[in-house]
Amino acid sequence: MTRNHNVEMIELCLLIGRIMLQNGAETYRVEDTMTRIAASYGKEDAQSFVTPTGIFFSVSKIEPSKLVRVSDRSTNLNKVTLANDISRNITGGRLTLAEAREQLTEIDTAGSKYDYKMRTQIAAASLASGCFSIMFQGNWYDFLPACISGGIGFIVLLLLHRLFEIKFFAEFLASLCIGTLAFTFMSFGVGHETDKIIIGSVMPLVPGLLITNAVRDLMAGHLVSGLSKGAEAFLTAFAIGGGVAIAFSIF
Amino acid sequence: MIAEQFFTSFIASAAFGVIFQAPRNTLLKCGLVGSIGWVIYILFVESNIDAVTGTFVASFVIAMIGQFFARLYKTPVIVFSVAGIIPLVPGGLAYDAMRNFVQNDYGQALPIAAKVFMISGAIAIGLVLSEVMNQVFKKMRKRELWR
Repeated sequence: MTRNHNVEMIELCLLIGRIMLQNGAETYRVEDTMTRIAASYGKEDAQSFVTPTGIFFSVSKIEPSKLVRVSDRSTNLNKVTLANDISRNITGGRLTLAEAREQLTEIDTAGSKYDYKMRTQIAAASLASGCFSIMFQGNWYDFLPACISGGIGFIVLLLLHRLFEIKFFAEFLASLCIGTLAFTFMSFGVGHETDKIIIGSVMPLVPGLLITNAVRDLMAGHLVSGLSKGAEAFLTAFAIGGGVAIAFSIF
Repeated sequence: MIAEQFFTSFIASAAFGVIFQAPRNTLLKCGLVGSIGWVIYILFVESNIDAVTGTFVASFVIAMIGQFFARLYKTPVIVFSVAGIIPLVPGGLAYDAMRNFVQNDYGQALPIAAKVFMISGAIAIGLVLSEVMNQVFKKMRKRELWR
């Protein structure tokens, strides 16, 4: 195996690892995928160490290891699925290195080509908000106010997140907006219980998935990624609680 | 009552599939997994069994169905487990705890925060247990255990 081939293989592993991690795959799955691909190219003792903010990858004991920094993370399960299909094809021997890299680069640079449109997402968020207010024993009178404030809160989150990098403030302002809207609805006599409206509408923002993933990672022995996901979840919960609390103290 | 809960949790889980950009052909399955889990949880709560136990059983069932679907449709299991878990996640409670904390009502906040921790622990144990059982089945089928 030539030196050049080796470098290409390492680049491929790092690319697929970065795509999966950035789009919300679990850390153990990323590690597993990278070492499996390396093994399918004959590198049985490749090592990968994945944290939510970076990937270390070393293909053998004598070669230098490589590092990729991952600074922005979101959840895009479609891209995770596509990358997973490609890794399955690589380990099954149905894809060459060059083909695999081409397909992965396309996924990576596709932007929002595979994504749902923004208005679909907003509609989904507002529908989910309404349904959650019912699921938490709310009254059907709360359904529509929860839909509206949840949808508007989600729009605020998306727009502010594009405006500045710091997620904490986007979440804070979005939940402030939700709280204000819920109280405004109540003061006009729309809705039954403020609490149910607010709980339903903050659900699209809530870091529920992060909390669960953090505990799961800790149990599986991935202590670094468990603690960092836990910290991220705590910050998000704090932002949401703070935003709503300010709305409470105003009204 | 149960039908209403089934319906709303189906829509909520499928909608979360959209928010998390799950592949289009999995959305209905995401909704189904989510509503099965939520109905199990509601049945436990309504028969006055502890919410933590209900969450544990529901998340175990969700993960089992998720793994079955993952193998059937050759999709990563996270697509189904994420959407299925979403209704169970103590998001409302986490919000409640935080709201009490920032309003300086620590006495109310601490027990709720402990409950959030217990419930997310129950979800994680349910997920991990189904994964462990999956591995055991796989190894027993390959006779690796008895070598």
